[in-house]
Amino acid sequence: MSLIDGLLEYLRGDEKKSAAKAKERLQFVLVHKRDRRDVAPPDYLPALQEELLAVIAKYIPVDRSAMKVHLGKRDEYDEFDVLELNITLPETGRN
Amino acid sequence: MSKIIVVTSGKGGVGKTTTSANFSSGLALRGQKTVVIDFDVGLRNLDLIMGCERRVVYDIIDVINGEATLHQALIKDKNCEHLYILAASQTRDKDALNLEGVERILNELRESFDYIICDSPAGIESGAFMAMYFADHALVVTNPEVSSVRDSDRILGIMAAKSKRAVEGRAPIEEHLLITRYNPKRAEAEEMLKVEDIEDMLRIPLIGVIPESESVLFASNSGIPAIHQKSDVAEAYKDVVSRFIGEAVPMRFVSGKVGFLKRLFGDR
Ligand SMILES: Nc1ncnc2c1ncn2[C@@H]1O[C@H](COP(=O)(O)OP(=O)(O)OP(=O)(O)O)[C@@H](O)[C@H]1O
Ligand SMILES: [Mg+2]
Repeated sequence: MSLIDGLLEYLRGDEKKSAAKAKERLQFVLVHKRDRRDVAPPDYLPALQEELLAVIAKYIPVDRSAMKVHLGKRDEYDEFDVLELNITLPETGRN
Repeated sequence: MSKIIVVTSGKGGVGKTTTSANFSSGLALRGQKTVVIDFDVGLRNLDLIMGCERRVVYDIIDVINGEATLHQALIKDKNCEHLYILAASQTRDKDALNLEGVERILNELRESFDYIICDSPAGIESGAFMAMYFADHALVVTNPEVSSVRDSDRILGIMAAKSKRAVEGRAPIEEHLLITRYNPKRAEAEEMLKVEDIEDMLRIPLIGVIPESESVLFASNSGIPAIHQKSDVAEAYKDVVSRFIGEAVPMRFVSGKVGFLKRLFGDR
């Protein structure tokens, strides 16, 4: 590299330094966060469950044990985190 | 027990075929009985890179269809004693490959080879699926570039969910990150993703770094894989082979610092 080239590159400065940007952008789109796979469920889950239960109980009489909340991977490619809410409704009876 | 290794990437044109040719040649040069299979049906290229294009009589589809025996279809490499090539067909029928046929071929090859290298086509469709389904190991070929990293990530997810090992609940495919077309100077100038960045994002063990080099073009023009010439790329692929067979070899071609002699005489 000639002196002039070197000087020009110096003057152009950070313009070409786009690697950090690449990394930052990739971290958003990488779906396969392998080390997250065995990580414990987030700690807000019990509170979330309580509050959901409270809301649903306003409309339908359900038992705490009749409701399951699960947050995790379910898609076949592990692509999405899925929040699953499973509620077994009480027998309505027809009488 | 023989090992099946898929060379895959999701993204096209990142260096899978180059890697398949050099990695299989490298294993054979180390005395391992090796066969390399082109799974890129319709777009076969491995034969050209290996320089055996004029000796292809039968291909993998002929064997699957029972029109040729494996023995008839295997082409002996001209540069390595222990290496054979199974060409892809030029047929445009994408469904010509099927899992039963591929399994039959692989089982037969297992009887006489130590290593079976599967050169995957790009994409995540049937051809790529067949190439990875039976694998014990995967070389995940990745360029220091956003779309390549994302596609590697995607193919890793698919292997973890869809491979035979995954479906049968056995130990997963052993994944190895191979960064190719790496330009250490530009990475150090922060113009390109660094090796550590890619490792950090994909989180699979690094097996090697292959520098970007004109010697690859020279090799493909001549039909002799780069590993047979004197170049950084040859050295880098030899290191990959050594690491694969369990030797501890320090990582090279990661830093942009050029030695004094190299600066004087160039690196080709
Ligand atoms: N280390 C390298 N340095 C410079 N050029 C390279 C290097 N590795 C591969 N190439 C070039 O990149 C191009 C694509 O390589 P190759 O055919 O191996 O990729 P591929 O992943 O098999 O592509 P496809 O997805 O189409 O099968 C070729 O022109 C090859 O010469
Ligand atoms: Mg290819």
